[in-house]
Amino acid sequence: MLLIPCPWCGPRDEAEFTYGGQAHVPYPRDPAALTDEEWARYLFFRDNPKGPHAERWCHTISCRRWFNVVRDTATNEVLAAYRIGEAGPVIS
Amino acid sequence: MPRQLPSSAHPFRLPTGGRIDRSRTLTFRFDGVAYTGHPGDTLASALLACGVRQVATSIKLGRARGVFGVGSEEPNALVRIEAPYAEAMVTATTVELCEGLVAFGLPGRGRLPDGPDPARYDAVYAHCDVLVVGAGPAGLAAALAAARTGARVVLADENGELGGSLLGRGAADDWGARARDELAGFPQTRVLRRTTVFGYYDDNYLLALERRTAHLGAAAPAHVSRERVWRIRAGRVVLATGAHERPIAFADNDRPGVMLASAARAYVHRFGVAPGRRAVVFTACDSGYPAALDLAAAGTEVAAIVDARPQAGLWAQRARDAGLPVRAGHAVTGTSGDPCLTSVAVRELRDGEPTGPVAVVDADTLLVSGGWNPTVHLFSQAGGTLRHDPARVAFVPRECRQAVEVVGSAAGAFTLAECVADGARAGARAANREATEADLGHVLAPPPDPDDIGGGAPPVPLWLVPGPDEPRTHFVDLQRDVTVADLRRATGAGLSGVEHLKRYTTAGTAHDQGRTSGVLTTGVAAHLLGVEVSALGTTTYRPPYTPVPFAALAGRDRGALHDPVRVTALHDQHLARDAVFENVGQWKRPWYYPLAGEDMAAAVARECRAAREGVAFMDASTLGKIDVQGADAGVFLDRLYTNMISTLKPGRIRYGVMCRADGMVLDDGTVLRTADDRFLVTTTTGNAAAVLDWMEEWLQTEWPQLRVHCASVTEQWATVALVGPRSRDVLSALAPQLPSSSDDFPFMAWRDTRVAGVAARVCRISFSGELAYEINVPPWYAPHVWEAIARAGAPYGITPYGTETMHVLRAEKGYPVVGQDTDGTVTPQDLGLGWAVSAKKRDFVGKRSHARADTARPDRKQLVALLPDDRHTLLPEGGQVVADAPLPAPPVPMLGHITSSYRSTALGRTFALALVRGGRERVGQRIYVPVGSVLVPVTVAEPVLYDPEGARRDG
Amino acid sequence: MSAGTRPPGADLPEHPDHLWREPDPKRSYDVVIVGGGGHGLATAHYLARAHGITNVAVLERGWLAGGNMARNTTIIRSNYLWDESAAVYEFALKLWEGLEAELDYPLLFSQRGVLNLAHSLQDVRDSVRRVEANRLGGIDAEWLDADGVREVCPIVDISPAARYPVLGGTYQPRAGIAKHDHVAWALARSADAAGVDLIQGCEVTGIDVRGGRVTGVRTTRGSIAAGRVALCAAGHTSVLAAMAGFELPLQSHPLQALVSELLEPVHPTVVMSNAVHVYVSQAHKGELVMGAGIDAYTAYTQRGAFHVVERQMAAALELFPVFARAHVLRTWGGIVDVTPDASPIVGRSPVAGLYLNCGWGTGGFKATPGAGAILAHTVAHDEPHPLARPFSLDRFTTGALVDEHGAAAVAH
Repeated sequence: MLLIPCPWCGPRDEAEFTYGGQAHVPYPRDPAALTDEEWARYLFFRDNPKGPHAERWCHTISCRRWFNVVRDTATNEVLAAYRIGEAGPVIS
Repeated sequence: MPRQLPSSAHPFRLPTGGRIDRSRTLTFRFDGVAYTGHPGDTLASALLACGVRQVATSIKLGRARGVFGVGSEEPNALVRIEAPYAEAMVTATTVELCEGLVAFGLPGRGRLPDGPDPARYDAVYAHCDVLVVGAGPAGLAAALAAARTGARVVLADENGELGGSLLGRGAADDWGARARDELAGFPQTRVLRRTTVFGYYDDNYLLALERRTAHLGAAAPAHVSRERVWRIRAGRVVLATGAHERPIAFADNDRPGVMLASAARAYVHRFGVAPGRRAVVFTACDSGYPAALDLAAAGTEVAAIVDARPQAGLWAQRARDAGLPVRAGHAVTGTSGDPCLTSVAVRELRDGEPTGPVAVVDADTLLVSGGWNPTVHLFSQAGGTLRHDPARVAFVPRECRQAVEVVGSAAGAFTLAECVADGARAGARAANREATEADLGHVLAPPPDPDDIGGGAPPVPLWLVPGPDEPRTHFVDLQRDVTVADLRRATGAGLSGVEHLKRYTTAGTAHDQGRTSGVLTTGVAAHLLGVEVSALGTTTYRPPYTPVPFAALAGRDRGALHDPVRVTALHDQHLARDAVFENVGQWKRPWYYPLAGEDMAAAVARECRAAREGVAFMDASTLGKIDVQGADAGVFLDRLYTNMISTLKPGRIRYGVMCRADGMVLDDGTVLRTADDRFLVTTTTGNAAAVLDWMEEWLQTEWPQLRVHCASVTEQWATVALVGPRSRDVLSALAPQLPSSSDDFPFMAWRDTRVAGVAARVCRISFSGELAYEINVPPWYAPHVWEAIARAGAPYGITPYGTETMHVLRAEKGYPVVGQDTDGTVTPQDLGLGWAVSAKKRDFVGKRSHARADTARPDRKQLVALLPDDRHTLLPEGGQVVADAPLPAPPVPMLGHITSSYRSTALGRTFALALVRGGRERVGQRIYVPVGSVLVPVTVAEPVLYDPEGARRDG
Repeated sequence: MSAGTRPPGADLPEHPDHLWREPDPKRSYDVVIVGGGGHGLATAHYLARAHGITNVAVLERGWLAGGNMARNTTIIRSNYLWDESAAVYEFALKLWEGLEAELDYPLLFSQRGVLNLAHSLQDVRDSVRRVEANRLGGIDAEWLDADGVREVCPIVDISPAARYPVLGGTYQPRAGIAKHDHVAWALARSADAAGVDLIQGCEVTGIDVRGGRVTGVRTTRGSIAAGRVALCAAGHTSVLAAMAGFELPLQSHPLQALVSELLEPVHPTVVMSNAVHVYVSQAHKGELVMGAGIDAYTAYTQRGAFHVVERQMAAALELFPVFARAHVLRTWGGIVDVTPDASPIVGRSPVAGLYLNCGWGTGGFKATPGAGAILAHTVAHDEPHPLARPFSLDRFTTGALVDEHGAAAVAH
């Protein structure tokens, strides 16, 4: 049970949240202009690193806000949490 | 028949001592025999007091086994309990004796109780600054030091009494008692007895199991949960989990009468029980000596202390001074008895090999101390790493990412003074305070430790005493019957890692999870492989630390509380009309309303007839409703729906479809424009939450610049669908202000009005093709409105109908149901809803995917109707569709499957909807549906079978 | 079930006296298989047995079969919905049926049947759909009503008063379980005997690609040249693909499982319930083996969160009230690699000579011999096995998914 620091509510149990996959994958500006390969990348390909991972979470059963978290997938350590629109930390 | 022992028969009970209540006697039965014990006894101590040596037989070899340990580390004494509560398999050492206990020894395999478990279980959250696990000297000191700083402290210990190794130890026990008393005075400190911390997860989240009533036996109050799971989030954790003594592998080291030295001491001190009359002590460290001295003081004759170390040091001197014979540099090489121990074979040990003559020593008890294994299980679960300390011959904690500290013997400290000082400092540190003498007061001044004689001899690694024969009775894992011979076979097969050795031999996989055997297995394997113990390491320690009942983990989430039941405001109305309910997600929805003597088919036929020929009404409240507001609401909905929503006029309604980004149908429903900047969106019942989540996700993560807000209003409106050619007559009577002509109140429009005197929003929409209305009112008025409709409709024979009739009516019209006629692989075009997919809009979610090669294929599976040649044959939903008869040999190519299938009163026949490959091209063709061994011929038809011109919707 | 006078647990067959060598890696092999789990070992076995290719190394960063192979719930079945999936799993099941003889090793392959329970009317439709498709596909499958479910498994609670009553279930009699260590070790022994080098403690740290073609791997035990490299690394496939310079549509999730203490036989088959999220069998020694759904977030931790286990226990007791006083003895987690359509990716990769076998998600164990045979064929011929063709990487571009979890949509 991770302790996830919601930027709006503070640290809460993982069970209150919904995982939303990789962060910072914007909807393409003009999908019609993309090739099938490019569109497939948007639809189906997401980072799957062993290490720091910028990802989206939603505090579903509380403030219902989406926000971003950087979590190390090798240790589950949460390295940062920030609101949508805020700049994330630089992960080296 | 149970045999009755004399009630005074406690041949091994010491005249004094122990933390038992001798003023009261408890009766219990074991393996059909009646015995007695005292409050404070465990089942194991009571059996030992009564002279019961063999408690069980072993799992593979059927060998006799007795009590070996004193707590959860016990590998032998597995029992099943029948009364006053039922247990499949527990250790006799952890069962607190209660009146009327009935238990049976088990050969390593439990038996689940037959009947239902009447007990309750629950779970509690706790948050604390400092969690201290273990209330021995180190844990007590840690908890006290932390509590004195004002920190919120939780102290958990698996025993019924705090004190750990101090219990029953005279002056040391008094120290513990003072610590317990002081702790009780801190309001911020919670002490959990009989509570085993069994799991250590990420971010200092720990789980503990509190056993609340078993020790009370039949007197346990029914309203108190039997067991409670504690979900603890701790700022810092202090692990004072102690250490387990380690056995040694020698021939026949499993006989009843062989026992860990520390366990024997505990039986003397805590329970006032002598483990035997005449004992031999076999030790590879100093710990055997105080055990021998304690036993001697309690009246057990100590026949020999066999110390594997040639230089036994101060302790040996002290033992000799007390008149106990010490044989340094010797080892126990075997035991005899039938089956319980009667003698011990002793030989000199030279370079690890027994040598010289065999001395046979008569004894009924053999205490073993091969050294100590710090209890590092929770530390390992936390992600901590271990290192092997050769000086202590032990794996000790190294480092951990989490906020945890290990103290006392769990960290390898083995004197009382060390443990107390260690614990106190860690407790204060955990509470963010550096400890000072003044803070800690007497905590830093432990009682004089009789085991600390100012110097001892270092332990030696002694895993295995070879000989005299093949090591087939040199047990490393008593519970799995794993011997040195087994390990030798495994290493001989080419295995060199502990995880492989474990799997080859099954060592460490039993109920005790290798508590006493794990490190011994490593030691013996290292010996066999000729490598260092440190190079081999241990197997991974995984949760739970001790076995946890399924029922405790399930807690209250069972039966009606397993998942919430949602009912509508009209539930009582449905009950009053004898509705049969269907689970739809969490909702209970009326499925059909049978009259007396009607089966489902008859009820549905009657309900359908009413809707098509007269008037019928249903509770549609479970449909999801989302209020979408804001200046950009139209733009937003245009992006999510496949069709154009922003052009909808206030007062009007449009049907819309949503796709996922991959182009597949997500949901459908109607959209009402309630104002220029406001829409009311309806969703399918099962997808209500998902669609709201979907909207929020796009709004917050992709389009935060859009001025739009969404709120669920599903439960703010109750909805009654009023359907059928006479529905206008019924509604006119109840809502005189509502325009009745289709010119003034056209199809796909809504009006605010009053229905039966209640403010209502009425929509002219139809999921049946008939003239129909949906009447939305605040839920608290819903029963009134429902009954008013029933009364107003009575002259027309108004009939309530359920989901089954709804499905028949909509299927006759070819309206698909998301989740029944779709499965996540279906596009709007596949459903024949191409008309609802805007070609004009530059983009909407899913549009790009429709242009992909496979998604744009003309021969995709498409929704069509199937008409069986025999008008009475009802096709099975889920049935597959094939092109040709007779069937070829498998695998048979399949065209698709039946998604919906009904008997239609209106059509006078059965029909089905199906997703069929290239279905629209096949209209008019004959294809087949295999049903059992029969191939049912069917004709493909356009999906709209009833009133294809749409002539009926205006009445 | 035998009442049995022998002590329980006495019947587990022993492992053989010799399993495998522990060779040092050579400088070069014809084929390097990355990952010494079930799929990697099966691929090595079939490369040798079916294609005569034995200059092969299996590189394992930990200990052989210590990843998902040691962590799964050992369920074997082939009653998948889509023809493409059913064909692969049925191919595997047929191999299972001959595997003990083929490997001369007691695998404890027990065809005790698998029940998939239905709890809603839509579950029933979906179940019948799958049964009908399976039967036409030549796979044994039956639809059982609630009483039929109780006949197969008397301890399932079929009371209509349950929160989500059992309305029936699909049953595949040929499905069952096997003992995972025995399976892996049998394959390893066979490969070793054929000359394959099984190299443990050997982590791949780089993949060498020259001119779009793989030339070898770098490892913690030195560089190893290879003309062909096959990835059989399950949850770590993304990490390896990144070394070769391409990405895959995979997400690695924890999947937890647990066992109880040893219990006298109570549960004669395998029961799965997607609606209440639990699957359970009773293994040969007597322990209940259970699994649940994946943890929601990606992780390489080989551990999940405990609330998932608690929920799983509640679900288990809804179906099996008799399990109330069974105990969780041990829990653990594997790392499963999940694709967007919950079907595997098998075949060529964007790098010539580098072959993919990944995305088996929660279903990898049951595919073990099939996956190995298919991948061995693909590697040997540089051409996807016919059964692997629907599972190519380009299906994500065309949209021709084999959507095994799309079929679980719930709505009304």
